[in-house]
Formats: sequence, C-alpha cells, structure tokens
Amino acid sequence: MKNNKFPGQDAIASKGWLVAHKWLLLRRASQFFILALFLIGPLTGVWIVKGNLTSSLTLGVLPLSDPFVILQSLSAGHVVAATGLIGAAIVIVFYMLVGGRVYCSFVCPMNLVTDASRWLAKKFDLPKGWQPSRHARLWALGTVMITAMVTGVMAWEMLNPVTMLHRALVYGTSTVWTVALAVFIFDLVVSRRGWCGHLCPMGAFYGLLGRASVLRISAIKRKDCNDCMDCFEVCPEAHVITPALRGADTGTGPVVVSGDCTNCGRCIDVCAKDVFIFTTRFKNEAPEKNEQITDKKPTPQRAA
Amino acid sequence: MTGKPSAPTSTQSRRRFLGNIARAAGGACAFGLVVGIFGRQAQSLPAQVLRPPGAGNENDFLAACVRCGLCVRDCPYPTLSLADVAGDIPVGTPYFIARNVPCEMCDDIPCVKACPTNALDSKLTNIDDARMGLAVLIDNETCLNMQGLRCDVCHRVCPLINEAITLEMQHNTRTGAHAIFVPTVHSDKCTGCGKCERACVLDKAAIRVLPRYLAKGSIGEHYRLGWIEKELKGESLVPAVQDMPDRLPFGSTIAPRGPK
Ligand code: SF4
Ligand code: SF4
Ligand code: SF4
Repeated sequence: MKNNKFPGQDAIASKGWLVAHKWLLLRRASQFFILALFLIGPLTGVWIVKGNLTSSLTLGVLPLSDPFVILQSLSAGHVVAATGLIGAAIVIVFYMLVGGRVYCSFVCPMNLVTDASRWLAKKFDLPKGWQPSRHARLWALGTVMITAMVTGVMAWEMLNPVTMLHRALVYGTSTVWTVALAVFIFDLVVSRRGWCGHLCPMGAFYGLLGRASVLRISAIKRKDCNDCMDCFEVCPEAHVITPALRGADTGTGPVVVSGDCTNCGRCIDVCAKDVFIFTTRFKNEAPEKNEQITDKKPTPQRAA
Repeated sequence: MTGKPSAPTSTQSRRRFLGNIARAAGGACAFGLVVGIFGRQAQSLPAQVLRPPGAGNENDFLAACVRCGLCVRDCPYPTLSLADVAGDIPVGTPYFIARNVPCEMCDDIPCVKACPTNALDSKLTNIDDARMGLAVLIDNETCLNMQGLRCDVCHRVCPLINEAITLEMQHNTRTGAHAIFVPTVHSDKCTGCGKCERACVLDKAAIRVLPRYLAKGSIGEHYRLGWIEKELKGESLVPAVQDMPDRLPFGSTIAPRGPK
C-alpha cells in the first residue's frame, strides 16, 4: 500500500520539486501579496489599497466590496450606496470568470490558517473528527441571510471569523490571533477541514458564484490516470474530482464543474501523469470512444 | 456523497433523507438563534461610545456599516478607531470616545465621503448638521461654573460657541451678591463633537456627550404649553376669563370686586 501521507512524490520525481509545487507556490504568493497590498498603506503611509477585504479603495479610484457582506447588508434592509454596489458587482464578475472559490484559495487569509491545521493534523495522524454534510455551509449561508432579515442588522458580522481576521491583520488590533487560533483548533481537533470544507458560509457563497464560472480544472488526460490517488489526497474538496476523473464510463465530461472546487490547482501539481489542466467550462465535450475504460476503478475514499 | 438529497427509492432511504433534512434544518435553527442573539446583544452601545458623523441610529448603522474602516483611514485626526474583537462595542465598527479624542468637525467631512455603503449618510454635507450625540451638563455638583467660578472652558472650546452652548446667568444664592453662569446646551444646535467633554478641566468631566436617545427627554404628544400655543395663535386659545357675579353669603358687607 502506497503511503499517502506525503502525496506528490511521483510528481516530484518526474517533474522536479518546483514544477510539482507550482500552483501551491503561486497561491501562497498571491495570498501574501494581497495581504501586503493592504498592509503597505498602514506600515509605510503610501496608500495603494485602503480599507479591508469587506470594502476597499485601490489607488483612490477602484472600489471593491465583498458581495457576501453587501448581500447581508441588503438583507438587513439597508439601501447600499452605489460605491458599495459597484464594488460588489466588479468582484462578482471577476469571480464568475476565474472561479468563485478562487477567493478561498488565492485571497482569503483564513485559508493559510486552515491549511496549516490540515497539514498538522495529517502529520500527526489525528482523527478526522466530526464531518458534517457538505451542504451544512449552504444551510449556514441561508441562515446568515435570514438572521440579517429578522434582526435587521448584520448579525453574522459580529461573529464572522474570516472578516474579523483580515480586519485584525490590517488594523493591527491586539487580539488578532484569537479568531485565527479558534478556527485552527476547531479544524485540528474537532473537525478536520471543518471550517472551509463544511461550515464557512462565505465559502458557500463564493461556491455558488463558482457554479457558473468560466475558468475550470479539467481531467483532460484522464485515460492516463494510474490511480495513485495523490490528487484526492491533496484536494481540499476531493468529492469534486470523482465525476470528472472517473466519469468516462458514465459519459460525464472531464471538466470539474462543481462550484465547490477552489481552483487551487494542487491536483495539477501532484499528478505525475499530467492529467489535469486549467481550461474553460465550455471545453467539456463528451468523452471519446477510445477513452472508455473497461475495468471498473475502485471508488475513491474521500480525502480529508 | 453523504447528505446529498437524492431521490428516495425506498421507505428506508426516504426516512434517511427526511432525517438528514431535519438534522440540517435543526442545525441551521440553532445556528441562527446564536447568531441572532449576538446580533441583538450588540445593539446596546456603551453610553460613552459615539459614532462618526452621519451615522443613523444604532440599529440602522449595524445594518449598513460593513466595517471596512475607510472612514477611519480618511479621518485626518486620531479620532476614529475600529472596535477590537474583545470588548463591548460591536466588533469592527468605527467609533470614538469624546473624552479621549473628540471629532474636529472637518468642513469637508472626509469620513462621510469615504464611506462606500452610506452607513455614514452622504446627505450630510454641512458638519454643523451632524448629530453624533448631545452634550449634557451631567454633574452640577462638580462643574466649576455651577459653584459660581468662571471656568467657562466648555463654552469657549465649542465650535458653535453661543449657539450650541450658552452661558445663562443665574443669581448666586450662596454669596447673595454674585452670578452663576450656567453652561447650557441647546439640542437644536449641538453636533455632539465632544470638544466640551474633552476640554472639561475636572478629573472627570462634568459635561459629557451622550447618545441622543439617552440625553433627550420628550414631552407627551398630547401636552401643550399654554404660552407657546398662545404665541402661535396670536391670542389666547380659550375665550377671555368671564366675570361671574359673586355670590356673597347673606348679609355680607364686602364690596364686590371687578368692573361694574
Ligand atoms: S471557505 Fe471560508 S474561510 Fe475557507 S477559504 Fe473560503 S472564505 Fe476563506
Ligand atoms: S468630521 Fe473630521 S474629525 Fe470628525 S470624524 Fe469625520 S474626519 Fe474625523
Ligand atoms: S466607511 Fe462606512 S462602512 Fe466603512 S467602517 Fe466607516 S462607517 Fe462603516
């Protein structure tokens, strides 16, 4: 039995370490770059981006707002000003192009925390713990909006650890680590990948945007797959891979269409057979005849 | 995939399907209650905490402010801050505490201009129309002016001196020969900027800016002040006092008063 604690060994051997970590490195670079953009202003006094991820102003002209928070405000009955609405519209269009949960994998500061927690949990073989349904976050999203309607205030923003973390980082408040630590411990001991993978209503919101987004992962060379399971092991939402990679015999196209996919590209990194590429959702033509796989593949275990 | 509501094929799977739905709905309800309770609790702001100019009542503000801090960044003074995670102010919302740093009442109101959501109302274009709170001379027992001294600091620092705050002269009954100049705030002019509270020379300020709902009384809807009504109408609302004939006890000798 292959040791899946360190997936990607085959890819490193065949492609070299750097290529086998390309998207992971790009992703980390993006996360830190965006954080740096927000921090340069307060640290040096040269303002490129003002505000935080809920609403910001770039170079004094480009307004951007988090559509998830703006939707809460609208639900609470506030008539949001044009600047906020335009900012949210720009963000929506952007994520409709590049993939909704690109927010999760390339922007959200909490991803660094939950990825670290997941890494540690795997290293020490901690139990997965509580694994609520993947639909829990959709229920959470609905509940957040209904609570805003009922209370008439953005009640979730009193608790939302994601906006709290980014605000605390940018505004340098003393309790910056408390929310991050809370989510880290929750993911580590209560529920592995519980926050980003099951509960976060913000991730659910961007996942809904991603259901129609253009840029997608495709298991284009799925007939080369040798069942090493490394992609399932690294994927934060492993269930999205199955229909695309194993869909040949059921006539499903090779594109990962689920909005849950974060477009993190880690599957591209770890696949020694170069099965995955980035493409558009329109390149999802029916599988060719010669792609039909005769022997039934084992159903993959959902990775944490 | 677990939890996916697929079409039930047998009684058993239908039961499982309904069970899953019930569990999810129950979880959502519990979650909603917790979130809702937090939301309601956070609406009681400590009395010394003031919102930036243009903020509506606390409920409306918490529906509108996305806690981006753009107002904080554009305030040229160290007036505004975003509330920290631990504390009794709704997390991430902008506020100021007058005794620490008051609002300087900028002519161009940069904080309002910066707000992307209209949580700070863009209709506020004249800072004198801001109503962040209302100053109240809260302690007559320590205010130096009320002891008959001439401190007057709160009056002198007011950006709307002699409009929002005036000194009203009263007789000093202690000395019998001097005056007391009572610092008197006028709610139709006071912006609640907090400069008076900041400047009060006492160890603890005798004049403080409170949220307007705490600071302001209100007369009953039905209540009419006679002299005001008379002024409005130009004459008394009731006909002139009628002179009824005086009924004197039999044999009285007191001469009846009034015109004959
Ligand atoms: S699921 Fe939520 S916390 Fe996780 S990366 Fe996405 S938005 Fe951030
Ligand atoms: S009016 Fe000026 S001093 Fe007052 S809160 Fe706004 S920006 Fe700051
Ligand atoms: S700029 Fe407006 S939305 Fe942003 S923190 Fe200030 S009041 Fe709130």
